[in-house]
Amino acid sequence: MMNADNSPRQPYSTYNDWYSAQDKARLIAKSKEAENIFRKTGITFAVYGHADSSEKLIPFDLIPRIISGREWRKLAQGIEQRVIALNAFLDDIYHKQEIIKAGRVPRELIERNVAFLPQMIGFRPPGGVYTHIVGTDIVRTGEDQFYVLEDNARTPSGVSYMLENRETMMQMFPELFHQNRVRPVENYPYLLRHSLASLAPPGCEGKPRVAVLTPGIYNSAYYEHAFLADMMGVELVEGSDLRVIDGKVKMRTTRGYEAIDVLYRRVDDDYLDPLTFKPESALGIPGIMDVYRAGNITIANAPGTGICDDKAIYSYMPEIVEFYTGRKALLENVPTWRCSEDDSLKYVLENLADLVVKEVHGSGGYGMLVGPTASKKERAAFAEKLRARPANYIAQPTLSLSTVPILVNKGIAPRHVDLRPYVLVSDKVQIIPGGLTRVALKAGSLVVNSSQGGGTKDTWVLED
Amino acid sequence: MLGRTANGLYWMFRYIERAENSARLIDAGLRMSLTRSEATEDDWDGVLQSSGVRDIYDDLYEKLTSADAIDFLLRDRANPSSVMSCIDSGRNNARMVRTALTRETWEATNECWLDLKSTLSRRIRPADLPEVIDGIKRMTGLIRGAFHGTMLRNEIFNFSRIGTFIERADNTARILDVKYYVLLPAVSQVGSSIDNVQWESILRSVSAHRSYGWVYEAEYKPSNIADFLILNGRMPRSLAYCYDKIVSNLGYLAREYGEGHAAHATAEETLSSLRNHSIKDVMDQGLHEYIENFISHNNRLGQEISDGYRFN
Repeated sequence: MMNADNSPRQPYSTYNDWYSAQDKARLIAKSKEAENIFRKTGITFAVYGHADSSEKLIPFDLIPRIISGREWRKLAQGIEQRVIALNAFLDDIYHKQEIIKAGRVPRELIERNVAFLPQMIGFRPPGGVYTHIVGTDIVRTGEDQFYVLEDNARTPSGVSYMLENRETMMQMFPELFHQNRVRPVENYPYLLRHSLASLAPPGCEGKPRVAVLTPGIYNSAYYEHAFLADMMGVELVEGSDLRVIDGKVKMRTTRGYEAIDVLYRRVDDDYLDPLTFKPESALGIPGIMDVYRAGNITIANAPGTGICDDKAIYSYMPEIVEFYTGRKALLENVPTWRCSEDDSLKYVLENLADLVVKEVHGSGGYGMLVGPTASKKERAAFAEKLRARPANYIAQPTLSLSTVPILVNKGIAPRHVDLRPYVLVSDKVQIIPGGLTRVALKAGSLVVNSSQGGGTKDTWVLED
Repeated sequence: MLGRTANGLYWMFRYIERAENSARLIDAGLRMSLTRSEATEDDWDGVLQSSGVRDIYDDLYEKLTSADAIDFLLRDRANPSSVMSCIDSGRNNARMVRTALTRETWEATNECWLDLKSTLSRRIRPADLPEVIDGIKRMTGLIRGAFHGTMLRNEIFNFSRIGTFIERADNTARILDVKYYVLLPAVSQVGSSIDNVQWESILRSVSAHRSYGWVYEAEYKPSNIADFLILNGRMPRSLAYCYDKIVSNLGYLAREYGEGHAAHATAEETLSSLRNHSIKDVMDQGLHEYIENFISHNNRLGQEISDGYRFN
């Protein structure tokens, strides 16, 4: 928030004037009020493995994270380039595989990858779009310096928090939105619905019917599934509501079975179709993949996109972006050591204390080692795991992440954050100005995941 | 609308209605034990039977005590009809049909659950019982108020109302089923004091002890009490009132969908029987048989609605 000389950075200057005039006790009280709003509304997530606290709140910090219009434009260009490259990459690996033939990405990394779906080979989804919704995780290390942490092309979550955080801020501090020209994020559900409907399959007759597919009320992101369906004005369906009839996916309504054209699915590939994937899955719709391949339903995001979330694939993103866009990547990757390579593994083992080590298929901050904060014993134990299955891991340096202020009992204090902007892909790429800022609430901590004690804040992109 | 959503709404409102009813039964039981010097555990036996959970109680407890019965009815999750179980299930259904509810209705339901989860996390001391029971009635009342004040009068509303009234009819009928013998004319035309307590308890368990006085000139008479609970179309917990509402809500659905189901005929048949009989006819036919018949028809109606509207 501050410049080196301790003056507020330009985008924060109006906010800083407002903040200085506030009664701090009132702000703390407002903070409690916000928590009550969230609890009452039921904006919760479930933490797996915590039986006693099946629904938790994500802590909300009421100081917004502010990004200047100029900085945002630069960031958005980089994200757009990256998302276009991801789609081109997916289309390529399921068709001609030119990137493999060109020797830029090793064949076994693609074809032996658990997230690579042979069922998608030779099939092109409606409109040629694989990743309808992307949430790119980004960190800022300094002025105009952004790094991409992860791509999240499978089923990025958290967008409901972006919307509720904004809603809460506007309710609590309407005056801030008069003083600052904050770009709106509220129309996300409309954009999402239109974006999905515009990619209806060839077999769609009449107005495309969209539905959100959820695993059900016990899923950790159920609140978000219900919220998005509600805001888009579409049905929220479970696998048990759906059945393949006459070559179409239909939902059981009080009037009989009715066809669905576009399914925004919030279940993993494995649970989509028990006939094609996990036979024991009770969540899926038997035969939906046949309907898909026959061009009678759009599945968003397309099955098989999860390969982009693989952290070993991530390490090739600079090559991937350049290969498909013909330009150098505008956004930088965090330097990444692939432990599958002998030299890298050696380096990683020698420098564990300075590195963050992650599982290639991991997510949610689980199964990772943060070298600088881990104990000697934890590092030794992790080194064993690394030696046993090196290809399962990648390592990255800890970046000197920029911090933003949060409200604590004594006033404000700096904490590390990341940013997940949301991107919609149809015949165009739309980036919502803002996104979800996740904040590590523990002083010094770099882990922002909500499952690991992270919080969120409203994210402002200013009009300038 | 999804069949599963209709099912969720129907059960959400059945459970909320049942929670309120369980609270009311406890209330009536407590009152009875206060009024009678020789209060017996039999009173709680009647309450457990009216709630339909006597068997489950016997599986879990060695003997019947008022303290255990109250705890069992209020907060035991092993009892599917306890207030806590009902609110859990009601709220789970509400979560499932969240997109069909207004924010106000959802929040009232969620707040009721949050509050009771903490209030009922430990045994309630006898001194605190009246306050807890009032709280339950107040919070379920808030759900109903939010629902009536904010919901669109469409199919969502109809399925919710049908759930409410099928449950309510079942509750009232069960109370009559357990207590029918104190309403039989043969027992006595002039109530002994014990009968008076029993009669008042029946009226209390349907929150009708005040309104009864207005309608029947404050005179306890078994046939009037039976008339009030079964046939009186103005009494909001009577079988006739419940069926009037069920038939009208099913009627809206039939008009909107352009077709009816077996459920429509069943509901109309029951309603016309309730409208066209006098309490004397009912007594002549046999009160107990009449009620048992009603309960089984009511269950059948629930099944026919579920089939007709593809709940599962």
